[in-house]
Amino acid sequence: MYDKTIAEQSRALANGEISSVELTQTYLDRIKQFDGDINSFITVTESLALKQAEAADKRRTAGNASAMTGIPVAHKDLFCTEGVKTSCGSKMLDNFVAPYESTVTGKFKDAGAVMLGKTNMDEFAMGSSNENSHYGPVKNPWDKSAIPGGSSGGSAAAVAALLAAGATGTDTGGSIRQPASHCGITGLKPTYGRVSRWGMVAYASSLDQAGPMTRSAEDAAIMLNTMAGFDNRDSTCLDREVPDYTATLNDSLEGLTIGLPKEYFTAGLDSEVEQQIQNAITEYEKLGAKVKEVSLPNAELCIPAYYVIAPAEASSNLSRFDGVRFGYRCEAPKDLMDLYIRSRSEGFGEEVKRRIIVGTYALSAGYYDAYYRKAQQIRRLIRDDFLNAFKECDVIMGPNAPTPAFDLGSMSNDPVAMYLSDIYTLSVNLAGLPGLSVPAGMANNRPVGLQVIGQHFDEARLLNIGHRFQQATDWHQKSPALV
Amino acid sequence: MAIDASGVKKVAHLARLSIDDDAVEATAATISSILELVDRMQAVDTQGVEPLAHPLDAIQRLRPDEVTEENQREQLQSCAPAVEEGLFLVPRVIE
Amino acid sequence: MQWETVIGLEIHVQLATKTKIFSGASTAFGATPNTQACAVDLGLPGILPVVNEEAINMAIKFGLGIDAEINKVNVFERKNYFYPDLPKGYQTTQLEKPIVGAGHVDITLADGSTKSIRIHHAHLEEDAGKSLHEDFHGMSGIDLNRAGTPLIEIVTEPDIRNAEEAVAFAKKLHSIVTTLGICDGDMSQGSMRFDVNVSVRPKGQKEFGTRTETKNLNSFKFMEAAILKEVERQIDLIEDGGTVIQETRLYNGDTGEARSMRSKEEANDYRYFPCPDLLPVIIDDSCLEKLQAEMPEMPDAKKARFIADFGLSDYDAEILSADQATANYFEAATRASDDAKLSANWIMGELSKSLNQNSISITESPVTADMLGGLIKRIKDNTISGKIAKEVFEVLWQGECSTADEVIEKKGLKQVTDTGAIEAMIDEVLASNAQQVENYRAAPDDKRGKMIGFFVGQCMKASKGKANPGMVNQILKQKLDG
Repeated sequence: MYDKTIAEQSRALANGEISSVELTQTYLDRIKQFDGDINSFITVTESLALKQAEAADKRRTAGNASAMTGIPVAHKDLFCTEGVKTSCGSKMLDNFVAPYESTVTGKFKDAGAVMLGKTNMDEFAMGSSNENSHYGPVKNPWDKSAIPGGSSGGSAAAVAALLAAGATGTDTGGSIRQPASHCGITGLKPTYGRVSRWGMVAYASSLDQAGPMTRSAEDAAIMLNTMAGFDNRDSTCLDREVPDYTATLNDSLEGLTIGLPKEYFTAGLDSEVEQQIQNAITEYEKLGAKVKEVSLPNAELCIPAYYVIAPAEASSNLSRFDGVRFGYRCEAPKDLMDLYIRSRSEGFGEEVKRRIIVGTYALSAGYYDAYYRKAQQIRRLIRDDFLNAFKECDVIMGPNAPTPAFDLGSMSNDPVAMYLSDIYTLSVNLAGLPGLSVPAGMANNRPVGLQVIGQHFDEARLLNIGHRFQQATDWHQKSPALV
Repeated sequence: MAIDASGVKKVAHLARLSIDDDAVEATAATISSILELVDRMQAVDTQGVEPLAHPLDAIQRLRPDEVTEENQREQLQSCAPAVEEGLFLVPRVIE
Repeated sequence: MQWETVIGLEIHVQLATKTKIFSGASTAFGATPNTQACAVDLGLPGILPVVNEEAINMAIKFGLGIDAEINKVNVFERKNYFYPDLPKGYQTTQLEKPIVGAGHVDITLADGSTKSIRIHHAHLEEDAGKSLHEDFHGMSGIDLNRAGTPLIEIVTEPDIRNAEEAVAFAKKLHSIVTTLGICDGDMSQGSMRFDVNVSVRPKGQKEFGTRTETKNLNSFKFMEAAILKEVERQIDLIEDGGTVIQETRLYNGDTGEARSMRSKEEANDYRYFPCPDLLPVIIDDSCLEKLQAEMPEMPDAKKARFIADFGLSDYDAEILSADQATANYFEAATRASDDAKLSANWIMGELSKSLNQNSISITESPVTADMLGGLIKRIKDNTISGKIAKEVFEVLWQGECSTADEVIEKKGLKQVTDTGAIEAMIDEVLASNAQQVENYRAAPDDKRGKMIGFFVGQCMKASKGKANPGMVNQILKQKLDG
């Protein structure tokens, strides 16, 4: 049953074919068996999971189950979970047990989902390879010499390795879509403001958005039904109706216009990856869609704009980690300055410190206009490019990353090269748009995902587009062979 | 825009971070290469473009002035490194 | 050399909201440490702010109260610095787009002259917590109950020229914010805190001298003393050949000593940027109209009305309009007594004396405005004399009775106005003081005026103060002068 989708498991639970306790135990056993190597979990909450599974089974018997009741999922370790450690992949929070529950994980709790544990990630969600974790890198289940992508690498690897039925992730610059792409699973970054950020440890507040990471678009729809919605505790969350995302999955794609940005298909794109993307688009044409070239003239500027805005916001968001009220505190500080400097320097890893320094520099006196303000202006240009493109097409398609997953360690000493690999995902965050990654083939024996970018609040259409593709192809059904 | 060793040290201090002396040069080089990357946006004319704060240009919602939070000191201080008599302890603050 | 002082003030006013500016935790003063600091106020990971509507409304009211422009688009910014009483590592404040633009506050000085002090702007921000320096094994303790309390920081132009003006301004500002009901005005609890920027320059020079900032003065008295001391220090320094350095200073009200704040010496770079957890607050016309309609009468308007409607002097009107509670008391007492002048005299005299002696505010007075009004009524209709009225007031103050009439009745203090009874009493007094009567009659006219006082005193004593003094005077005169 562990190799089935959430939709299938939900039906099996409803039919009484399996209990949530059995299903949960299966995943817990698999985690024990395989995760030592993959390292996708930071914390496994075995006894809590079994308790929740029991409660879920009772709830099913009582007849008030939802689609997620009894489904074992994993949460990225930056969603605060009451009573369970939330580390953000950082030594800084290695001892942090939040006394409160994030809105997202709270909604899964309320829906009766089972939490298997908290997944590994790049420290404070900063990274594209999941190599920046205090708890060690995550390995790609398809090829353990490869990175799983980041920052939600643990969630992606866990779902790909069938160690959880689904997982939550967060996406600030591609952190759901890129690891989903590299691990051959489905990942959706919703519209900024669709899902509450409350209780989600912030990296870059104006870009962060939580979303589902699953084995199918249908599963992503089921999970998004649980996650999405207004929350008056998050000022940036928008009060829009939440449709039933599963209701329109089977809608016809006849007449759909797909925009292909010419800027996305250039020399920087790996030819094998490009081939898989082209194949996927051909598949869509067979499903009745039309293809049109569009232009996003400022596309390349997403890298400089993002690598100013995100570090700037992060430098401020991470100031609260000062060793005073929670988190890591250095041994025997000799004075206040020593407390701050050593707690922060010892508690944060290299990439986090690097981004804090870049962000601090970008905001410092005399540089604000040239960096932060400029980047926010470019952000508007990038968003407007998309709004213009959407006058000519319904969705935009392209790759998630220029190459398949690269080898572990191959880029860890070259942050700029790593940043450049985020070229296809960053602009979606800057523009606040929803983006979906669906498995679309293999390149160099590593998975390749197709990115589908929609208009604001068009998640239902993206999931419909993903689902129809998955009805016609079987890339999403492939799983890595684990030993 | 390049940044030198002393510049990096200054910025790091603003952020309350220390960089080991033997790593300062390498850090300055890395930060400089990142700044060089982000400096690509300087070529774009953005005069008259309003900075974008929220992708949907949303505005702030206001909260009614009602007490919704009860005292939760014990729970909230459960993760604090040093507490005495309900106060968070820090090395002496000198004004 | 003649020196001129230049002063600019920054005033932190705690808004009288029930909850914090970004959280639903209570702002009540004096709670046990950290019991009113919720996850938002502590800056815990993942926690987000939401803006308190009432804080916005109160800031707007302040703007309306000083004839200022209200900025329709408001952006909250983060001011980044590390300090233990600043949990998030940044203070959420306003920089580019403050809620209140330029306005003015008009002050009246002791010599009766008036002056308009320009307000540069006022912005909304959150208060910090407190560091308690009691010795915890060489450590400081941090209480974050105050963190997140809404403040408006009011910044004046450097229009103030001496300590007297500064104090008059501070008192006027106090009067404005308490009248508006946006601040409890309790300075001992830090509800209003003054930062004073002081510089001196040779008289006639256009350029400003180097200024120092003395922070966190929380009484009018301390502010005045701190200014006088700083002005003297700067002049002495310059005259001795030294130069003033720009610095932040601390004034200790208890010892009267001031010193440089070393902790602020390090040059700060606050890295302001718009807070990405908050969105622009848009103030629309309907909101402005609604608040405009709720505006109370401001002190200047009230003062003018007191002069026009009640015939009060400028001085009396200034005092009685200065704070809302006093003004309300005065108006209620006047309604009850139908005599504004007597009400004014009693409030500024007997009542204010008793309030001061007991260190209580007018709202806590055991003698209510109605009680005082009732008392004044009895003075006016000659039921009691002014002297007896003081006795009645004292009884009312002690809480033994609840109306003046009850006191008069119970203690039999009703004034004697019966001519026959007064005449009989006077005859008795004259008979038992024959020698004094003789002396009086022998004295020249210009001495008699003084001498009659003796007989009046005797008569009042004989009547236990109840005889109508006017009648006693008149009848005595008739009888003595024959």
